[in-house]
Amino acid sequence: MNKIHVKTNINGDKVEFLADPRETLLDCLRDHIGLTGSKEGCGTGDCGACSCIFDGDLVSSCLVLGVEAEGKSIETIEGMAGEKELHPLQKKFIEMAALQCGFCTPGILIAAKALLDRNNDPTESEVRYWLAGNLCRCTGYDKIIKAVMETAKDIREIA
Amino acid sequence: MQYHSPSSFNEAVAISNSSSGLVKYLAGGTDVLVQLKIGTKSPDHLIDIKNIPGVKEITLRKDGGYTIGAAVSGAQLTEHKELSKKWPGLVEGMELVGSAQIQSRATLVGNLCNGSPAADSVPGMIAAGASVSIMNSLGTKDVLVEDIPSGPGSTSLENGDLITAINLPKRNDYEGDAYLRFIPRTEMDIAVVGCAVNLSLKNGMITKAKVVLGAVGPKVILAESAADCLVGAKLDGSILSEFSTKCSQIAKPISDKRGSEEFRKDIIGVIAQRAAKKAYDRALGNN
Repeated sequence: MNKIHVKTNINGDKVEFLADPRETLLDCLRDHIGLTGSKEGCGTGDCGACSCIFDGDLVSSCLVLGVEAEGKSIETIEGMAGEKELHPLQKKFIEMAALQCGFCTPGILIAAKALLDRNNDPTESEVRYWLAGNLCRCTGYDKIIKAVMETAKDIREIA
Repeated sequence: MQYHSPSSFNEAVAISNSSSGLVKYLAGGTDVLVQLKIGTKSPDHLIDIKNIPGVKEITLRKDGGYTIGAAVSGAQLTEHKELSKKWPGLVEGMELVGSAQIQSRATLVGNLCNGSPAADSVPGMIAAGASVSIMNSLGTKDVLVEDIPSGPGSTSLENGDLITAINLPKRNDYEGDAYLRFIPRTEMDIAVVGCAVNLSLKNGMITKAKVVLGAVGPKVILAESAADCLVGAKLDGSILSEFSTKCSQIAKPISDKRGSEEFRKDIIGVIAQRAAKKAYDRALGNN
């Protein structure tokens, strides 16, 4: 197999890896770079467990090729917390028990962050529609939606 | 598989012509990568067109119409206020495709090239009278979107044909479009039936109508006789029920897990009627 040398930026760090052109960005994150926070649920863009931010856009990393990352900037769940503190969404998810098995949680946090970065005052419907691409088989979604709404409220109060 | 990332359409077409085996173009990849994963289509050469300048741009042409680059995402269409105001039906069709994650990548051209009779953005493009610019080794040509789908999963595109952009005609006053679909839930599903309607009005009277039915045939259906019964009328009760019956008659659906033939024929009439009302109201308001 002819591998391609990819130079990219992940969570602010310069990263280089060798990718088989058939490998997805998710494969590369997990298997070449060792960032295993992004999960593979379906592998076909339906479940959102592999969500990451690709050049500012929320994407399913299983539907992006690793070679497409050349020159791009990527944010994964590993870059979400600050040096000392968790991101407000992460804190709220723990506080409100908005997770059970946790498999979907990195994807949901990334997707919710993408929403709140754009709109810190979403309606419940907007949150539910935005997170429709993130499947959770444990929580029944209610606690997740409430945690996102509460975080948005906190962010608005600080701002 | 070899991955190519050309910096011009000419280069993309040249790579396609000089490559042997299965060659696929890659834009948003939301279909191509799934096919790659499940093994239904395994290209020998994948040509990524996203690094070609202009491919992610929406431009207003001198004639007043819009040109939408081949790699413009669904999210970009929704965020484009002017386009969303002029062509709400076209934009809402694309917006129904997949999740926020999919919207960041999925493209109108990809939805068209995938050839699904249930593609949500295709009826709206056809109703709008949109064309696609195609480049191949012989040169470039413009083809109406309605001439592209040819059957389930297939198109009239030839090997090496590359769609470079979608062209929308100029939008005039008192014109409006709408797309509605039926799905058993509220989000993240494939259309059981879909319908796009595009109307032009004069003094409240319909002067031009284009009606396109999705998911009720081997490819999207241009329902000309249904559209004809709207022309010359205002949108009142008797016309609407005649229109609805026509749409149900024209529909040639199959029965599958998403709905029976009988149900689809019935529901397309209802959805078409609602889409016509929505397009009519929008046309009245667009001045």
